[in-house]
Amino acid sequence: MLFHLIITDKTVAQHDHIAELEHQPLVAKGESYGSITEKITNDVLETKTPRSMSVTLAVTSMLLLVFVLAIGAVLLKGPGVWGNNNPVGWAFEITNFVWWVGIGHAGTLISAILLLLHQHWRNAINRFAEAMTLFAVMCAGLFPALHTGRQWLDYWLFPYPNTMGLWVNFRSPLIWDVFAVSTYFTVSAMFWFVGLIPDLAAMRDKSKKHWQKVVYGVLAMGWRGSAHHWHRYETSYLLLAGLATPLVVSVHSVVSFDFAVSLVPGWHATIFPPYFVAGAIYSGFAMVLTLMIPARRWYKLESFITDRHLDYMAKVMLATGLIVLYGYMCELFFAYYSGSLYEMFMMKNRIFGPYWWAYAALIFCNGLTPQFLWFKSVRTNVTVLFIISLIVNVGMWLERFVIVVTSLHRDFLPSSWDMFTPTIWDWGLYLGTIGFFVWLIFVFVRVMPMISIFEIKHLLPWRGRIIDTSADAN
Amino acid sequence: MAQIFHPSMRVISRASIIVVFLLVGFVGWVSWDMYRSGYFTDVNVPKEQPIPFSHEHHVNGLGISCGYCHTSVEKSAFAGIPPTHTCMTCHSQIWTGAPMLEPVRASYRTQRPLEWNRVHDLPDFAYFNHSIHVKKGMSCQVCHGNVNMMPLVWKQSTLQMAWCLDCHRQPEKFIRPVEEIYNFEYRPPQDQIAFGKELVKKYDVKTKQLTDCSICHR
Repeated sequence: MLFHLIITDKTVAQHDHIAELEHQPLVAKGESYGSITEKITNDVLETKTPRSMSVTLAVTSMLLLVFVLAIGAVLLKGPGVWGNNNPVGWAFEITNFVWWVGIGHAGTLISAILLLLHQHWRNAINRFAEAMTLFAVMCAGLFPALHTGRQWLDYWLFPYPNTMGLWVNFRSPLIWDVFAVSTYFTVSAMFWFVGLIPDLAAMRDKSKKHWQKVVYGVLAMGWRGSAHHWHRYETSYLLLAGLATPLVVSVHSVVSFDFAVSLVPGWHATIFPPYFVAGAIYSGFAMVLTLMIPARRWYKLESFITDRHLDYMAKVMLATGLIVLYGYMCELFFAYYSGSLYEMFMMKNRIFGPYWWAYAALIFCNGLTPQFLWFKSVRTNVTVLFIISLIVNVGMWLERFVIVVTSLHRDFLPSSWDMFTPTIWDWGLYLGTIGFFVWLIFVFVRVMPMISIFEIKHLLPWRGRIIDTSADAN
Repeated sequence: MAQIFHPSMRVISRASIIVVFLLVGFVGWVSWDMYRSGYFTDVNVPKEQPIPFSHEHHVNGLGISCGYCHTSVEKSAFAGIPPTHTCMTCHSQIWTGAPMLEPVRASYRTQRPLEWNRVHDLPDFAYFNHSIHVKKGMSCQVCHGNVNMMPLVWKQSTLQMAWCLDCHRQPEKFIRPVEEIYNFEYRPPQDQIAFGKELVKKYDVKTKQLTDCSICHR
């Protein structure tokens, strides 16, 4: 460590901003216990909503209306309003479902796995990322629930003592999905809420109006910050982190089984679980960046979410992006090596068939774009990073579209081949969930502390932990 | 700083945890019971009819067999509701002036069938066939109960899927000799299960198929 510090002194003296990054504190100089609480609670209680945020909120509120309309259309007319057909019985719904569930994964990875791995920098972004997880899972769950066609009977998906004398089909991966997603939502919600309790107490204490005190007071569940409270809190938080950790891997593995367990060429591949999990984390970090970069600017949070944080997130994105690219190459190799006529045709059709543009765009977005993240100058350029994160989001959506639609539209029987064309309701529901999601994020930012107040205090430089930068730089 | 909550909140907040569990349990119990109650299933609720036709009188009192009126029970999916002609075979001779029977005579005159209120109405997505059940030794009584004792007919069985499966999973519990299907006095033997298994074999009831989805949902 001593050696490291010596190096630090030299580099600071000699190198430019980029080289310094590794050794920047995770909370900007000049912040203190008091200033952190003031700043973050004031963002909810005092600060006037930034203008750019109001404008974006107006746009997302409109999308929220589209969302309501698109759901209404499905409920009134049925899934026939979508472009689904035979053989493409799964289209936008499952594409969007997988996309949203995947996005959620970054939140759990940040809050649980990075906690257990002592990656302290996650303290600045875990609250926000967890909220994102919750909202993304809400959007995700909606798609299969609407896709069932008789949405009022969706409770049949759960095993309960019913008058039909039947259990659900436990051998169906679609039921595993129900368990995976509902467990995921429950654990994420609990983890998020437990992590909020000390901050809700801070909000209660900082509130000026009586009703605010009451609302935050009820939510804080009588937190007084005694040693007992902290002891129990730390224990339960660690336990929940332990519970959430396997979910990072298991949920998207189960989602991938929806495909891998079937016999459709392009779906029936053993690489699917790890490849899906990597893709999930990849898209999740992209979404965290997409949301956090504007939020950080509008609420002036640069001293808590530093360039170093963005740099770390970009690195995670690069690493998972490479795994995803490896997955694409494996798919090519599998098709070739299998010697199976159908597998080879599927791959050829994917690249040169009628949906070639989707595959080409996918390789551009997910294969080429993240390669820019090898450069530190890119990782520290906020604007470029924001654009890359948007491209990756699009790319990950395309990946699911390619997997779902190109595999189905040319199935075993040439007589049943057909093209899938999304209708206005397909797009409406998809854009609608984006509106719903961003709208929820805005509501969250408006009523809850978006950065964990008490956890970020651990990152203050004089606490001694952070000076040892080698522990934090991965 | 003034307290936000009254000290009684200590008790209330803790009690609320228990109340939530009780509430969930209560809702679960109510919905469990409601879906199985006569209010929902119409079991044991006599149904009003345009004419108070008494199965008790005609079957128990007069000894008319089920098949006399429900003629297609052995041949078709539907057991059949008798046409007015069937009523008039007797009622053109007896009780010819009874005011209670005026709707029957009116139906006969105008050639418009009587409109009975349906008691047993299966959901449309379940394909039920009377003839196969009757031919394989499922008595009317097993599903419809002691109709010979019903002044107005009511449902004895819920017609819920779990009830269908009770028998489809173990037909030997209910099967009886084909000759006995219309017999309300029939009493199953002591060793019904062993006897039933014999009959299942004898009538070639394919028990493995009986729980296939497509047996009822086609």
